[in-house]
Amino acid sequence: MRKIIDTTLFALTWIFAAITLLVLLFIVAHIVINGVPHLDARLFEFAFTTENVSMMPALVSTIFMVVLTLLIALPLGIFTSIYLVEYVKKGNKFVMLIRSATEMLAGIPSIVYGLFGMLMFGQFFGFGWSLIAGVLTLGIMILPVIIRTTEEALKSVSDGYREGGYALGAGKLRVVFRIVLPSAVPGILAGVILAIGRIIGESAALIFTAGTMPQIPETLGHSARTLSVHMWVLSSEAHHTGEAYATAVVLLLLILVVNTAAAVVAKFFITK
Amino acid sequence: MTIRVDYRKKLQAIFDKLVLMCRHAEDVCEKSVGAFAEKDLEIAREVKTIEKTIDKLERKIEKACLRLLVMEHPVASDFREVSATLKIIKDLERIGDQSKDIAKITIKLADTNIDIPENIRQMGVIIIQMIKDAVQAYINRDLQLALSIDETDDKADALFDIIMNDLVSIIQKNPQDAKQGLQLIMVAKYLERIGDHAVNIGEHTAFLIRGKV
Amino acid sequence: MRQKCEKSKKGTRATNFIRNLCVQRMAKTVNISINNCNLYYGDFHALKGIGNDMPMEIGANKVTAFIGPSGCGKSTFIRVFNRMNDLIQNCKITGEIKIGEQDIYDKNTDVTLLRKNVGMVFQKPNPFPMSIYDNIAFAPRTYGVKKKARLDEIVERSLKQAALWDEVRDRLKKSALGLSGGQQQRLCIARTLAAEPKIILMDEPTSALDPISTGTIEDLIRELKKTYTIVIVTHNMQQATRISDKTAFFLMGEVVEYDKTRQIFSNPKDKRTENYVTGRFG
Repeated sequence: MRKIIDTTLFALTWIFAAITLLVLLFIVAHIVINGVPHLDARLFEFAFTTENVSMMPALVSTIFMVVLTLLIALPLGIFTSIYLVEYVKKGNKFVMLIRSATEMLAGIPSIVYGLFGMLMFGQFFGFGWSLIAGVLTLGIMILPVIIRTTEEALKSVSDGYREGGYALGAGKLRVVFRIVLPSAVPGILAGVILAIGRIIGESAALIFTAGTMPQIPETLGHSARTLSVHMWVLSSEAHHTGEAYATAVVLLLLILVVNTAAAVVAKFFITK
Repeated sequence: MTIRVDYRKKLQAIFDKLVLMCRHAEDVCEKSVGAFAEKDLEIAREVKTIEKTIDKLERKIEKACLRLLVMEHPVASDFREVSATLKIIKDLERIGDQSKDIAKITIKLADTNIDIPENIRQMGVIIIQMIKDAVQAYINRDLQLALSIDETDDKADALFDIIMNDLVSIIQKNPQDAKQGLQLIMVAKYLERIGDHAVNIGEHTAFLIRGKV
Repeated sequence: MRQKCEKSKKGTRATNFIRNLCVQRMAKTVNISINNCNLYYGDFHALKGIGNDMPMEIGANKVTAFIGPSGCGKSTFIRVFNRMNDLIQNCKITGEIKIGEQDIYDKNTDVTLLRKNVGMVFQKPNPFPMSIYDNIAFAPRTYGVKKKARLDEIVERSLKQAALWDEVRDRLKKSALGLSGGQQQRLCIARTLAAEPKIILMDEPTSALDPISTGTIEDLIRELKKTYTIVIVTHNMQQATRISDKTAFFLMGEVVEYDKTRQIFSNPKDKRTENYVTGRFG
């Protein structure tokens, strides 16, 4: 009897794992089959025209968007986490407030961020549709992800390291930045990958804040569209579906590259 | 709450065996002295068998003690217990040997019509009391009693000197009895030795109780 | 050494460090004296008047072992000497703890300097996730040594003192986490030695190690006691008898008995000590 239950459970888990894998494979295959035939050197020209809906400006904008957003959100998020984990006494009310605030931020739909960004950065600060408005909005959006994962990474660093550091007479700053933070890097990187994923995949929040201008932004004040927004625009115009699929292929590749790079960096930190 | 139950049991078993050995030693000495005084050959032969039992017990207890030292690493009072046991069994074994030697002389003297001098009988009584005190002190962990044995031994020693002088003068007067006289001196010497072992047991007991000799 | 001292009078942090080293080299190791030490975690009275009828003296160049059942306060007590308890919330300490002439709970005490002088080795080997070299160089770098040659010298000397040099000399730049448990613990000892302490505290340093590594570390402790004052917490009573000169038995936050190790394990004065060392506890 026990054996039958065992086998059934094993079969069930196997089947569900297979279904998940199949769904993933189906999506990738669908995108690749529909997108690759439309991949064309002309799609990577720097100028976007109505005849040639080049994705190059969007690709460059995406990279700008990722780098700039991380530049703002990473220090903010990491320092907040360090404060929360290393400096604050347990059971502090202020910290509980910060925690629940970040958790709430994580649950808000991106369209609401878009609306908020538009009202706050676009209108109140007068940035209009611009790269900077998009960057700031996304920055707020990924902050909870970075804080949560960094917090977990810092917490999982063995207290033995901290004790060892203090016992050698090192101050808090030295212990945190020389011992704890380097050990937490792999965990933090996992958070960064998640955050990059969200930035690359975001469209709703950006349409309202960074706009849809298909050109490489020259200043922070210019409007810019990322690959996702580009895809959304193309697919909403019925006769560019092929190009939209091609963009999806590039998006997939981009994410693959980011993940691999992060894995390599994490490995470097672990072996060191 | 008791822990190390098995270890405690082993220690107790050693103690029980040692108590048994003590009883045998008392017995063997009493019988040996009694047989000598009464020229009782049967009891003198019995002494030899008891002596063998004592030897066997000694080996058994020694083995158990060494095994306990290796396997359980006793410390503090437990260690003193085991270490005192190892020493006490040596003394008890010697008491057995000397009792047997007295029994041998008893058998040799059986054919002669020699009189056992009164002071040797008296010495026998003192020595038996010393052994009983030593055993009692060990079993009851009685420090005062253990230390008092040494004083009794002084009496026994003094008595031994008197016996020696008496016997020497007897031999000088009656050289034909020299052989028997020497046998008697030997018995007195054996008794004196047994007394020394009783003192040793008292000392081991004192070490066991207060951690110093 | 003396010459170097005179040269470095100007006083950058690094030269100060070197001068400190010189002073330490010349100074003898120090003893610890505890006078009526009480420690509270919130309402919990964890250490109850240690050294209250007579100051407890922990002698220089001696190995002092703390034994006692779990939760008796021995680990808490050892952490009093380098003020590691400062890291714990609601921890309050009263009484006077002197290292040499210095009251370490005085307002003017520099905790960093105290921890440099009072090294600590923990139960679980905790090498930092960096190279062997960086692990050892951590403390001197904290105290401002920057010159490569000087660091090299400290690393080599510390590793040699901890009897680890021959095993790791070829892989100083490799991660310390690749070492075996016993090697890691010796690395932690070397890391502590690199700070040039006077006192080394060890909190069950061998409880996570196999008997052979334990043996190596015990040999090391015997060697180190010539130069340092060592206080060790141990659950292994055989270890206490093997390596320590004096032993303190802790029970419920009190020192029940503190005497020569020989005395504690052959003829303890207190019945509770007797019951504990013979395993009759309870």
